[in-house]
Amino acid sequence: MPLERPGDALRVVITAPLLLEVQDLVTRYPVPRGIVGALARRPKEVAHAVEGVSFTVGAGEMLALVGESGCGKTTTAQTVMRLVDPVSGTVRFRGEDITHLRHRELRPLRRRMQLIYQDPYDSLDPRFRVRQTVEEPLLVHHLGSSHERSERVTRALERAGLAPADLFLDRFPHELSGGQRQRVAIATALVLEPELLVADEPVSMLDVSVRAEILTLLDSLRRSGLGILMITHDLSTAARFADRIAVMYLGRIVEEGPAQAVVQDPRHPYTRALITVVPKRDPRDRTTPEILKGEAPNPVHVPTGCRFHPRCPEVASGRARERGMEERCRGEDPMLRELAAGHEAACHLA
Amino acid sequence: MNGSGPLLEVQGLHVWFDLAGGRELHAVQGIDFDLGPGERMGLVGESGCGKTTAILAIMGLLPPSASAAGHVLLNGMDMYEAGEDSVRPHRWRDIAMVFQGAMNAFNPVRRIVDQIVEPMELHEIAEGRAARVRAGDLLELVGISARQASRYPHEFSGGMRQRAAIAMALACGPKVLLADEPTTALDVMIQAQVLELLTGLTRELGLSLILVTHDLPIVAQTCDRAAVMYAGKIVESGPTEDLFHTPRHPYTRLLFSATPDLYGRGEVISIPGTPPRLDREVLGCAFAPRCDMAFEPCPSVVPRTLPVAPGHGARCHLNDPAMRSAS
Repeated sequence: MPLERPGDALRVVITAPLLLEVQDLVTRYPVPRGIVGALARRPKEVAHAVEGVSFTVGAGEMLALVGESGCGKTTTAQTVMRLVDPVSGTVRFRGEDITHLRHRELRPLRRRMQLIYQDPYDSLDPRFRVRQTVEEPLLVHHLGSSHERSERVTRALERAGLAPADLFLDRFPHELSGGQRQRVAIATALVLEPELLVADEPVSMLDVSVRAEILTLLDSLRRSGLGILMITHDLSTAARFADRIAVMYLGRIVEEGPAQAVVQDPRHPYTRALITVVPKRDPRDRTTPEILKGEAPNPVHVPTGCRFHPRCPEVASGRARERGMEERCRGEDPMLRELAAGHEAACHLA
Repeated sequence: MNGSGPLLEVQGLHVWFDLAGGRELHAVQGIDFDLGPGERMGLVGESGCGKTTAILAIMGLLPPSASAAGHVLLNGMDMYEAGEDSVRPHRWRDIAMVFQGAMNAFNPVRRIVDQIVEPMELHEIAEGRAARVRAGDLLELVGISARQASRYPHEFSGGMRQRAAIAMALACGPKVLLADEPTTALDVMIQAQVLELLTGLTRELGLSLILVTHDLPIVAQTCDRAAVMYAGKIVESGPTEDLFHTPRHPYTRLLFSATPDLYGRGEVISIPGTPPRLDREVLGCAFAPRCDMAFEPCPSVVPRTLPVAPGHGARCHLNDPAMRSAS
């Protein structure tokens, strides 16, 4: 059943430029050859981390980028944040092309888009009190008087669910639980009052019992109008908390659509397989997982045709051949096509 | 099970860690369970609940700063009757373990095959050529081509290393396999491959499995029975379906509702508060401060495990009519 969100009605009204628009983004990394490789003049190789990715994130919307490690979801996020430079494609923020902005020009923008890291045990300085950690971004950006800064720190902490803030201001990270640390990390992002949050696996290092509270916090921030790009490998989390899901495979989005539509009615064979292997919470829902053989291929040597065809159950089972499509699967790279309202998949058979 | 009694019995297992200043941390506070042949049991709990410590104790692999008490019976024989001397012949031979984080289970500078052969030679299961052939067979069993046996650990991906770690645990033909978070660092697809492998081994080799995890859905999908640990104690155990559908301990119920489900049914709610420190004595029920149903006796009286259905027990005053009527 589709979830009803209070933000739904609101979103239709917004006609301002979208918060984030990413178009045909391509990011590649050189693969080190090593000295022997260089002397032997082995060809320079590149890892095709992101190969033509397009998506948008609106204000008050959460998009989940889902995929296995190595699919390019983190590189996508890093490119959007301009931490890594793309080879081609554009990133627009509030309608402004930021793809080629120089470092100095990027600074005011960085305040408006903030990153939340995976591990709150790593991302907080153990020698900094909560107050200092949360204040740091304001100092970096030369914002506010000392009094204003302290007010903003309090406000950010309380917005991140650490209320009353006085209770936490003078603590060190080791005096906080995992969930509280992640809230401090979120407060540190919120203190600059950003419009977009990029959360890279925000709960994967946390205990089960506190994951929900962090996800609920992100959900309430989304409701308050923030755009959130969440990177996750956990489809269950994405299904429950995101408005839309984009499934990535080997540098491409292979399926994208409203979260419930993607989970209930997956159109790409990769998404279908992923859904069958997600362990269901209910023991009565034991389904036979459709386990793909092997692992995702190396992004240095992307298969020709459909990048998924060597592992595709439709090709392996002969169903693609029965439909006379096998040649196309092997030879032609499928593009995303809209199959239902706002629901796209890149598969010749869909 | 099949009338022959349990394969592994754990009775009153306690583990203490020595802390600085003469203090002690009571990590495992008297746990009991049985495991039948071919049975798959999930041991579930949050980090710090003592689940890993408990299985390390069963393996006799606790660090020197720890001391243990209780009984671990294998086919009715106490493995710890004479301490380390009586457990050594059983370790790896009868009971083996797959460690958390397959990355660290191997010596990086030795070939995979040599590392699988080592326990066989140590326990005189096989030697030389025969041992290498057996190592190859074991790798094939876990889905790795025997031709890759002489590779080094870094040449394997995370999923393959975890499979190789399982092959190594199987080297001496154990009857019980203890797997500590065997899929935590792996992607969902690889996780599914490893879980399918473990389930297949219990079916084909009649191996018994204890799967230690913090992930309820993994237990829901792979185990016959589950035991939920909290603050060093098993607070509820029973057949997976009963436990997940009619939990009789509030912690089990809350843990369940804190876990998002793919099909998004029901609200996802986290459990407020944190587990108690185990370096001081916990009065009453350890979960009482976080419990949404705590009543009069909970903060002061330690609950006992009471049977609530066939094979299903819970350590909660709510199941005790005497407690309920008294308050």
